[in-house]
Amino acid sequence: MNADRPARLRLIALARDPLAWFTALLLLFVFGMDELRPLFAAAFPTLDRPIFTQDSFLALTVAHIELVALSSAAAVIIGVGAGIFVTRSWGREFRPPVERMVAIGQTFPPVAVLAVAAPLLGFGQAPALIALALYGLLPIVQNTVAGIESVPVSAREAAEGLGMGAARILRRIELPLAMPVIIAGIRTSVIINIGTAALASTVGAKSLGTPIIVGLAGFNTAYIIQGAVVVGLLAIVVDLAFERLLRFVDRWHDSPASRRTPVLAAHG
Amino acid sequence: MISFEHVGKAFAGNVAIDDLSLAIDEGEFIVVIGPSGSGKSTVLRMLNRLVEHDHGRIVFAGEEIRRFKPEVLRRRMGYAIQSIGLFPHWTVEQNIATVPDLLAWPRPRVRDRVTELMELLKLAPETYRRRYPHQLSGGQQQRVGVARALAGDPAVLLMDEPFGSLDPVTRDSLQQEIARIHEASGKTILFVTHDIDEALRLATRIVLLDRGRVVQVGTPREVLAHPTSKFVSDFVGGSDIGIKLLGLDTVAAYVRHGETAAGEPIAMTASLREALSMFVVRQVDRLAVADDEGRTVGAITLSDVVKPRP
Amino acid sequence: MKNRVLLVLVIVAAATAWGLAFLTVAPNRLLTGTAIPLAQISTPWRDALLLPAVILVLGVLLPQRMRTHAVVGVTAALLLSGLVWLAGAEAARLAKTASATSRTALGGGFWLLALIAWLAAGDAIERLRLGPVASVVAHLCVLLPVVVLLFAGELQHLSLLKEYSIRKDVFFVALARHVQIVVAALLPTLLVGIPLGIVLFRHTKSQASVFAVLNVIQTVPSIALFGLLMVPLALLATALPGLRQLGVGGIGMAPAVIALILYSLLPIVRSTVAGLAQVPRPVVDAAVGMGLTQGQVLRKVELPIALPVFLSGVRIAGVQAVGLAVVAALIGAGGLGALVFQGLASGALDLVLLGVIPVVALAVVVDAVFRILENLRSTPRG
Repeated sequence: MNADRPARLRLIALARDPLAWFTALLLLFVFGMDELRPLFAAAFPTLDRPIFTQDSFLALTVAHIELVALSSAAAVIIGVGAGIFVTRSWGREFRPPVERMVAIGQTFPPVAVLAVAAPLLGFGQAPALIALALYGLLPIVQNTVAGIESVPVSAREAAEGLGMGAARILRRIELPLAMPVIIAGIRTSVIINIGTAALASTVGAKSLGTPIIVGLAGFNTAYIIQGAVVVGLLAIVVDLAFERLLRFVDRWHDSPASRRTPVLAAHG
Repeated sequence: MISFEHVGKAFAGNVAIDDLSLAIDEGEFIVVIGPSGSGKSTVLRMLNRLVEHDHGRIVFAGEEIRRFKPEVLRRRMGYAIQSIGLFPHWTVEQNIATVPDLLAWPRPRVRDRVTELMELLKLAPETYRRRYPHQLSGGQQQRVGVARALAGDPAVLLMDEPFGSLDPVTRDSLQQEIARIHEASGKTILFVTHDIDEALRLATRIVLLDRGRVVQVGTPREVLAHPTSKFVSDFVGGSDIGIKLLGLDTVAAYVRHGETAAGEPIAMTASLREALSMFVVRQVDRLAVADDEGRTVGAITLSDVVKPRP
Repeated sequence: MKNRVLLVLVIVAAATAWGLAFLTVAPNRLLTGTAIPLAQISTPWRDALLLPAVILVLGVLLPQRMRTHAVVGVTAALLLSGLVWLAGAEAARLAKTASATSRTALGGGFWLLALIAWLAAGDAIERLRLGPVASVVAHLCVLLPVVVLLFAGELQHLSLLKEYSIRKDVFFVALARHVQIVVAALLPTLLVGIPLGIVLFRHTKSQASVFAVLNVIQTVPSIALFGLLMVPLALLATALPGLRQLGVGGIGMAPAVIALILYSLLPIVRSTVAGLAQVPRPVVDAAVGMGLTQGQVLRKVELPIALPVFLSGVRIAGVQAVGLAVVAALIGAGGLGALVFQGLASGALDLVLLGVIPVVALAVVVDAVFRILENLRSTPRG
């Protein structure tokens, strides 16, 4: 009797967890879109093809995630690196120009970066990747700098006083303390990239935006809904997962960064 | 002019004020004092209805305060608080003019009132009128806060630890200022503090609170000389009570006219406490006393000081 | 080394001038052009640009005094306008000999060099430590000559401006529509968002759930939200013909404006709440204690103090809406996005840029205007 109670409690917690619900919905649509054919056929009786079939939704989702993962990985490596560089004593001189570029860059709509990259670099996945990585850099650089700057001087001085070297202070003090803010920046960046990757199908990259664009061109509302629902769910699931991660990373803080710095940047 | 009759207040079941009864006459300087959590701020905040009392009656100008609209009531009571709460987006002049503007005084009258109050609180009007609060020192900000509380010519002035966050020198000069204003204007003042020296210096009557109950009400001398309980005597000074009593009297009352003593004279307006200190420092038992113009008028002896008042 | 930022910029600039196309020439607007590096440009006075370049190199080595920064700033600004002038002049020279359909476009080299010159000027202004107003004026002065060259017609032979002159009418219709979409979305958002923010500030309990919903909306990619809104609006328009006469339907302005309102709500509501939340408690306490009514406290004390934070929310919402309105072209709302996607579909970079450049300019202007307002309205606390 007593033994199964924790399991039941865990089940109840899971049933109340929005992340679990949205994940289940996402999986349902990705793997079971074909099973929903009767539903779409009934809703849109005038359409010959009520389900997008040029590619499976699994393949589209994988392509979409691949696009976002590759570009975001590049953005994280370069962005965090740049953020660390401009907060070192030997890189401080570069901070004003880097910050100005980030500020100006953020007034660019992500779709503009994509639209300019395509004709210059050719159509397909490459320009989409580069555009996404470039645009995704901005919130990461910004938050890395802000995170490291927010480390209390007293913590840094105490570490110095205890005899830590600069590299150790960075690894053991600055980065862990800045981590919630940095991850909040990565969250913003990834969410923007999921949205912009959906638009990448206008420049010839395969993504969950493809059914939407095809549907818009061919007046097939069912395609639009299918693409929109899946990509919307994907974004929500990733965002909630980041929120969970932030809450974990930020557990020592009294007002979690997940509540202090949610997504606040332009969409694709 | 103000009376609390069996007033009680609880916050979420915790009693903050228990059966408070107190009558305040016009012109009194009442200092409410007690350890933190004793409910002293609540007494003030009930009077201007920032906090509504649960039981009993609070009467102001002959009427239960609930019969006033809260805003109207508050505009008849000046209010100054420890964190000052100046409006950061308004100039000194606009801040001081808050209540006169609410009362729709004519422009020239408001302007004159601001000038008058700035002079009263020793803020050069032409220098500071257009400054913003962040351009002032802490002491200057609190002067503006006091001026703002006085601006509507209120019947009562409520002050909630107004000088609590100031450095000792600034606090001393503002205490002088408020004592002077009280003397000159005859306004009724309700003043909350946790600093017993401030209370002894300013009050005509002290109300000592402990955990929501009044433990003693009396003049500073009564409270010092006849504490009603160990709590009171500990709170008002413990082993320093004698010294503090000396602080209440001035040399003037103890002068032996016509007598003289060697050395630099002490001023008639100095407190006995200062006189005692000087006896100790100079290692004498007799000091010359001088009047305001510095003329020696007599002497004071150590044994006079420690004896009860003549 | 004295000025490492400028050193890096100079090195990158040298590599760019050497390796990337300054201009490209194509026989018509759709074909890819052949590259013309800086070295092959034969407009007289080209070498005059070497002078500012040399001064910038000296700027790296000279002692870093205020005078050096001033000289570097002015030189970089001159270099920027010189580059723009050179591109325009070379295009004009080429136009004399080439066919009417041929296009001379700005190459990657030009864009990168211009960016570098602009950054160098900005860095010098930063190092001069001017006051806020003087700094804004200085930044504007850097861009002013470029704008003058543009309006003086010096650049009219560049393909971008040829594209513009062909599509002048369409361009202004698109620009007006773009602004219309943004304004039509932001005004209702303000009308709903400010009261909602005030109510939420007073009822802290409902904050978490409302922000959770707004955050989920913000998370949904724009194209998905536009798509999802098409269906209910199309149904609504079929059910209520009166609405359709008002222009509401599955495609067009209606879903675009509604989606933009939904996106703008989060920054506006949140900045309203955050602005009110940072009003110091004692200030409100003193205001109430002196007898201001609840309405007076809100109007005279809380809202004015909350204004700078609130304005930053409007700025973010505005910049975001300008960008999102581009995507709205995909659901037939028109605007500058129509030029962008038309250009993408036909592979015409000039047309894409004709849409993108004014969008970016619009966003920069919105950003700058609200930043200036924020600074004007914020009372510094010492």
